Amino acid sequence: MAEGDRSPGASIEVEVLRYRPEQDSEPFYQSFTVPYAEDLSVLQALQHIKDDLDSTLSFRWSCRMAICGSCGLMINGIPKLGCRTFLREYYPGRVRVGPLNHFPIERDLVVDIEDFVGKLEKIHPYIIPREPRTLDQGEYLQTPRQLQRYLQFSNCINCTLCYAACPQYGLDPAFLGPGITALLHRYNADSRDGGQAKRAAIMHAEDGVWGCTAVSYCSEVCPKAVDPANAINQNKMASAMDYFLRFVKPGGARK
Amino acid sequence: MKRSSAPIFWSMFGAGGLLSALVGPALVYLTGIAAPLSWGVPLDLMSYPRMLAFAQHWAGKAVVFLVVALFLWHAAHRIYHTLHDLGLHSKALGQWIVYGPSALLTAWLAWALLSIGF
Repeated sequence: MAEGDRSPGASIEVEVLRYRPEQDSEPFYQSFTVPYAEDLSVLQALQHIKDDLDSTLSFRWSCRMAICGSCGLMINGIPKLGCRTFLREYYPGRVRVGPLNHFPIERDLVVDIEDFVGKLEKIHPYIIPREPRTLDQGEYLQTPRQLQRYLQFSNCINCTLCYAACPQYGLDPAFLGPGITALLHRYNADSRDGGQAKRAAIMHAEDGVWGCTAVSYCSEVCPKAVDPANAINQNKMASAMDYFLRFVKPGGARK
Repeated sequence: MKRSSAPIFWSMFGAGGLLSALVGPALVYLTGIAAPLSWGVPLDLMSYPRMLAFAQHWAGKAVVFLVVALFLWHAAHRIYHTLHDLGLHSKALGQWIVYGPSALLTAWLAWALLSIGF
């Protein structure tokens, strides 16, 4: 951090949600006064609290540069990555930091994302080759146009901000949700992939793409400019076409 | 995993949305403002004999049926999801509440259009 940017003595109030299941009966906000500088992120403020003020504070982080997806938090009520949100956006007001909405709290700012991981495993999140190739046949070729069909969806870092933003996921966690649908689409839309049939049942279900009511807040909060709402809309169309056309496709009606 | 029946309702919602975007404002203007005030249209544009003749022609019947029924299903689908947002989470109950009247009104519309003859 550039020491020169720090106004001497300036500080900012950071309220952090605390919940330690072994001693707290319910979550509460605890206030800390943290030294302020223009270039300090919310994640750095949390690190300052843990290092210098209260070592019992728990939160997830790793890369500090918006690529690991670990430090998703509710910051003044909006799902954001702690590492790319700066104190200067709130100074001289206070910053209120909480765990991501719609997930059970494990401890302080750490949430249980087991549901997300379980769904991720179910969608076969990898390329299932359309046709087997031997090494002698060389690489799978792809045109820039074919790349563009899935590229933005491959930028997902599994930070789950979109799940904290999605009101439908909040109402019913059975809903597949924005991020996983974007990833499902990322593989389905890849010209090298042939695994669409394996991902179809999840997509066509009531809790698949049809659980979405097109609020689109997911796409607004995504820190990597993925557009999950668009992935869901494209797949609603695909699912509807398949619903009606399966009767005229060879072998389709059996599914 | 059970396949959702949503495509049936969603496709009518989509068709109704497209149709209402295309002809809705023009219909509101013509039937609600231009015809009653006779702004640039004949005074008898929406007179009973003209409207009856329109609805008795097979093409007129098709237009009336599609516009009324698809607008109805479009609105029903919006209300269905609004019920969900308002806290009615029983999908089956929500569907009966909104799609039930839509189905009845669609059937009545078809009967009415056929009963006025050709």
